[in-house]
Order: sequence, then C-alpha cells, then structure tokens
Amino acid sequence: MAMMDVQSGDSFESFTGLDANDWLNASVRTGTTLMAAEYDGGVVIAADSRTTMGSYVANRVTNKLYKITNNIYSCRSGSAADTQAISDIVSYHLGFHSIEMGEMPLVETAANIFREIIYNYRESLMAGIIVAGWDNRKGGQVYMVPLGGMIMRQKVAIGGSGSTYIYGYIDQEYKEGMTKEECINFCKRGIELAITRDGSSGGVARIGIINKDSLNEKMERRTFTGDLHPRFYEG
Amino acid sequence: MNFYGGTIHNGFNDSRNSFGGFRGVDDYNFQPDIDRGFITRAHTPLTTVTSVLALSYEGGVVMAADLVGSYGSLMRFKNCPRIMRVNANVVIGASGDYADFQYLQQIIKQKIIEEECLDDGISIKPRALFCWLTRVLYQRRSKFDPLWNTFVIAGLQDGQPYISCVDKLGTGYEDKQVATGFGSHLATPLFREAVENKPLPSKEEAIAVVKKSLEILFYRDARSFDKYLLATVDSNGAVIEEPQLIKPDWSLAALTECP
Amino acid sequence: MSSIGTGYDLSASQFSPDGRVFQVEYAQKAVENSGTVVGLRGTDGVVLAVEKLITSKLYEPGTNTRIFNVDTHIGMAVSGLISDARQLVENAKTEASNYRSQYGNNIPLKYLNDRVSMYMHAYTLYSAIRPYGCSVLVSSWDEVDGPSLYMMDPSGVSYGYYGCAVGKAKQAAKTEIEKLKLHDMKIEDLVKEAAKIIYLVHDELKDKQFELELSWIGKNTNGLHQRVPLKVFQDAEKYAKAAMEEDSDSNSEDM
Repeated sequence: MAMMDVQSGDSFESFTGLDANDWLNASVRTGTTLMAAEYDGGVVIAADSRTTMGSYVANRVTNKLYKITNNIYSCRSGSAADTQAISDIVSYHLGFHSIEMGEMPLVETAANIFREIIYNYRESLMAGIIVAGWDNRKGGQVYMVPLGGMIMRQKVAIGGSGSTYIYGYIDQEYKEGMTKEECINFCKRGIELAITRDGSSGGVARIGIINKDSLNEKMERRTFTGDLHPRFYEG
Repeated sequence: MNFYGGTIHNGFNDSRNSFGGFRGVDDYNFQPDIDRGFITRAHTPLTTVTSVLALSYEGGVVMAADLVGSYGSLMRFKNCPRIMRVNANVVIGASGDYADFQYLQQIIKQKIIEEECLDDGISIKPRALFCWLTRVLYQRRSKFDPLWNTFVIAGLQDGQPYISCVDKLGTGYEDKQVATGFGSHLATPLFREAVENKPLPSKEEAIAVVKKSLEILFYRDARSFDKYLLATVDSNGAVIEEPQLIKPDWSLAALTECP
Repeated sequence: MSSIGTGYDLSASQFSPDGRVFQVEYAQKAVENSGTVVGLRGTDGVVLAVEKLITSKLYEPGTNTRIFNVDTHIGMAVSGLISDARQLVENAKTEASNYRSQYGNNIPLKYLNDRVSMYMHAYTLYSAIRPYGCSVLVSSWDEVDGPSLYMMDPSGVSYGYYGCAVGKAKQAAKTEIEKLKLHDMKIEDLVKEAAKIIYLVHDELKDKQFELELSWIGKNTNGLHQRVPLKVFQDAEKYAKAAMEEDSDSNSEDM
C-alpha cells in the first residue's frame, strides 16, 4: 500500500532525510509541483520533472503532464502507479465516449470521471489530480480533484508537495485574463520557486499550452532546463 | 507522527475531538489502527467545511455558512459553496467532508430534476427531505462507511418555519435554531439569548444574530473564513444571496498592552 | 399492407419473403391512428405541439398529457399508444440521469436520441416482445449547438429535423410546415404557427374534441423545456382560430 502520509515520505527518517537507504523499500511517487492556470484563450499547465523513491531520484526528467485526449491533460501527484492507472482508465473511457458522441469530450466530463474514480476508491487510492484542457463550450478550464475525491473548477490550481511553498506566490501573482506569454511566465516561475524549496520537486520545468489550436495537433510544449533556472536569495 | 496526516483510523471514536466539529487531516493525532492489528474502512474527512448556522424567524428561516474548504489547516479552497437551494421552500447546508457533500448534492439535485420534470406542482417539503437524509446517512453508517457530514435542513413546512439537523450517524432532530460544528459551541448561546424573550424574532433581528455569530466564529474558529453565503426562506421563496464579507472589529487590539 | 394474414406478421423476429417486418409496420399503423404531433425548429428554439384527442366528454381536462420533460433541457412529445410512450419517457429519463451522474453535465440531445432509438430498435428484434406503438419527438436548445429536434419511429429509425409531423394528419401537417420559412423564424412565431397547424389539420368530423398542447425550449427559456405560459398559449390559440376563420371565409367565397 503506497499510502501512509499525504504528501511527504514514508517515515520520520525519510521525512527528515536521515535515512539514506529509505528508497530500498519505498514506493515510487511523484513528489511534485503542479500548476494549471487559465489565460485569455486557453490554459497553461506546468510541472517539475522529479520522481522519487524515498530520497532517491528515480527519474530526473519525468513527464508529469499526461495526455488524456488531444484537448485534455492531467497533472498527476501522489502514487505514480495509482495516478497513471486512473489516467489510463479515464483516457480509455473518454476515447470511447468521444467516438460515441461524435465530438471532442468536454474537460468537465473528464474531470468528473476522475472525480468518480478517486471518490469511490478514496480509501485505496493516493491520487491528487489537476485536470486541464480546452473545449468549445467553456473554453480553457482547470479542475482540481484532490485526495478526498471532491471536484472544484478553479482559475488557477496548484498541487503536489511543492505547491505548499508557493500558495503565497500564486495568491499574489495570478491575474485573470493574462496573455499566453504572461501565463507561461507565471507558471514557470511558480515551478522554479517550488523546486528551490521542495526537495521532492526538481529537475526541469515542463510547460504545456492547451487552446483551440491544440485540438488537432500536438500540445504546444516548452521545457525550461534546470541549469537556466534563476537563483533566488540564498542567504 | 504528526506531520501531514495519518490517513487510516477508526471513524467512530469522536471523543478525541471535544469540539465535535470536523477538524481536517492534521488535527487528528493518533495511532493508525493498522498498528493495533486490525483494519477499519471508515475514512478521514480531507477537504472540510466548518459550521452551518440556521435560525427561524417570524415567517421564515435564515441560514448561513462560510465559503472556505480547509485541507488540514491549509485554507485550500476559498469558494466552496455549501448551501444548496432545493426548491422554493427548502435549503440545505452542510458541514464536514466536502467531497461527501458534493456526492449527496448530486443525488439531491437529480431528485429535484425528477420532481420538476413531473411538473405536477408538488415539491419536497423540508421534513420529508430531513427524514430521507436520516435514512441515507444511517444506512451509510451501518455499512461502516459514513458520509462525513452534518446537514442542516431549513425552510417552510406548510408555511411554518422549520429547521432540522442530521449528523453522520443518521441521528436527527428538529429545533427552532441549529448550529453545527464549532457553531454549536459559539453560536447556539447567542441564538438562545436572541429567542429568550421572543420565540420568533423578526427577519432583521434573526439575520443580525446570524451575522454576529459568523463574526464571533471568524474570531474563534481557526477553520473559518470571512466570506460567506446567507440564505433566507420565507414567503418570498428560497433566496441565496451573493457572497458577503464579515466586517471584523479589531479595535480590541489597541487595548492590549504590548510591552 | 396487402399481404396481411400470410403468416409472416406474427412475430417481429421474422422477415416476410419480400423483406418486410410486419410487426413494425403495424406499430407504425398504431401511430397513424393517433392525434397529430408537430415539431418546429427555428433560429432560437424548438416548439412542440400536440393534438390530444379527447375520446369522451367524461374525461377530466389536462390528464394523459402527451408532452413530457425528460430532463430540464429536453422535451419529448409523443404520438401513438400513450402507455408505450410513457415507458419510453421513463427510459429517456433514466438515460439523462445516468449521463449526468457519470459525466457531471447535461446529456446532449444527439446522444439521447441515439440511445432511445437504439432501445426502440431492440424491441423490433425478438419474437417474445412487440415493437413500441409510438413515435416520439425530442427537442433541446443550448448556447453552443443551438436548437435541435429529432423524431424516432417504432422501427428505431430517427432523423434530425427542421420541422416534422407525425400522427393522423401528418401529411397535411407536413404540407403546412413546408410553407414556413423555418430557418429564419423566431420561437414566438413558431408557437403560433404550430398551434395553427394543429387546428388546421384537426378533423372535426371524425374526432370531435381535442386539447392543444404546446411546449417550447430555446434562448428565451434559458435552455429549459417548459409548457408555454398561459398568455402565450392563449395568443397562439387565438391566432390559430383566426387563421381558421379566414380559411373558412375564403373557402365559402370560393363556393
């Protein structure tokens, strides 16, 4: 069972980093920073790229922006296995659904399927997911589906262990009706700030942009590599 | 073991929480049952919402609840509406686990749609909804999988002000005034004082008392918030007003001597 | 329908040698005996109108209605056996409810139409059951898709329509509908025209009494399906009756 603590490591030792060998029997989890924000015309999603087993970095270039359909992505935090399995189920479900409906699935629909699964299996799953995408009804949308299986549409959402360090940042900096570039910079900086404070987040900042142009082609992606991250006050 | 959250515990032992409210993940501090050699299924509320207040007045009822969804001590969601208009005669409010509330809200919403579709002019009355809720919640607790909420039902029952309350075990009661969670400690005394000499206050008086109670709760409940929804049900129908802000009074701070 | 009694009409699960399923055709006959139902789709909404035949003066008015709400955003008008139709309404309600509980938003009419016609079609496949003796019209409106109107018949076939009619006087009604310029008509006018058509095609000699039923859904109702308000209903009825007067006047002049 990959679920003891909500967002930190598996034991006091791993939490404090005292036990360097904790990864030997730790589960793979995406100790993570995730962001998603609406801008004028679409959404920007962003994540760091670190996957850890205890304090060992199992993957330093992870892709945490997971494709559900062409127009919908999930940002995953919690157990890597759980979130991947859920995303795959939703992806399959929506693939079938969109054929049946003869049109692109709605972001709201995707978010509700996530909610249903996470709520019904809340005792056994460890998954906090941000669903983001674009559809022709409500445009760019962000839905937060946290641990307990509630659902909440938000203009801006953050998730994962690193998010706790940047609540102040997003509260202060998020503005409605940003341009695409403004929103990209806003998300990029959020991830960078979290990476500098959260040991479970790290690597590069991966960013995805979903809007009406993403329907038929691949999602526009940008990667901001670690060596180019700005340095903040370190005194 | 009190960093962010033990997740497994026995759901029914409430004695550890003397306020009887819904404290979120980090407010519980106890041994997981798994260490004691058995497993329980009952869950912990994760995103929680705090008190609901309801007070009857001459010709109607008023209900209020703030808008914050707490994740432990983190005020994670600042727009969690939890007063639901059922029909022109009924509103319900919830405290406790927000996901569970949304689940039940969906079911109630579908009930309302089915009722409206029949178009026969008959709509559910508050006492019927209350009775139904006690059955649903009691059934869930009997499956050892309770819906972690306290619901307050308020409205007009055959023209008379009506308020009742159901907890996660399915226990229910009717009263002239109800406050859940922290509110049961801080707001009910204010409510009782208000109705001491005048069993049914005027609408204005009732709203004033409810607003005062929200203010007191904002000062003293660490899981409360200054933005809230206020609903009234009377001959004008059930109306949920736009979100309002508490106007706190901090003049007390100047009186505190700071060395 | 000449080959009645050749033995191939006893079961819906058997074709006749010339490739027909008689049980389905008989079901369609049942619809043709029923009061006329009209659906009109304009620029900003859909109107459903029903000629509900009253077979006895002893019946209370307003009972056994033929227009239903399937969901807040979907209306259904039925022609044919009312008890069969009510089962379809129930089925459609369940579909709409399941869709909402699974996906958290309103069922699209196109999808509901697929599901209900699939259900109707299933009843044309087995020997132990009979097809539905009714045709149903479904209507909806939303901001993105605009108005939509579908009609399903007992065989399980369905089409989307600008305007459609079914029941006793469907031919006459269709002729009237074709005279309308539906693609640039507003819902307020559709109500009047629909009422007029029902009055026009009603056969006073064969069926003495009828009750008019009118419902609408569109931008003006905020995407909610409802019976038209009393005032609108009365105006539409007045308009219909006036048109009838005019019609009979000109007829008598001709004579």
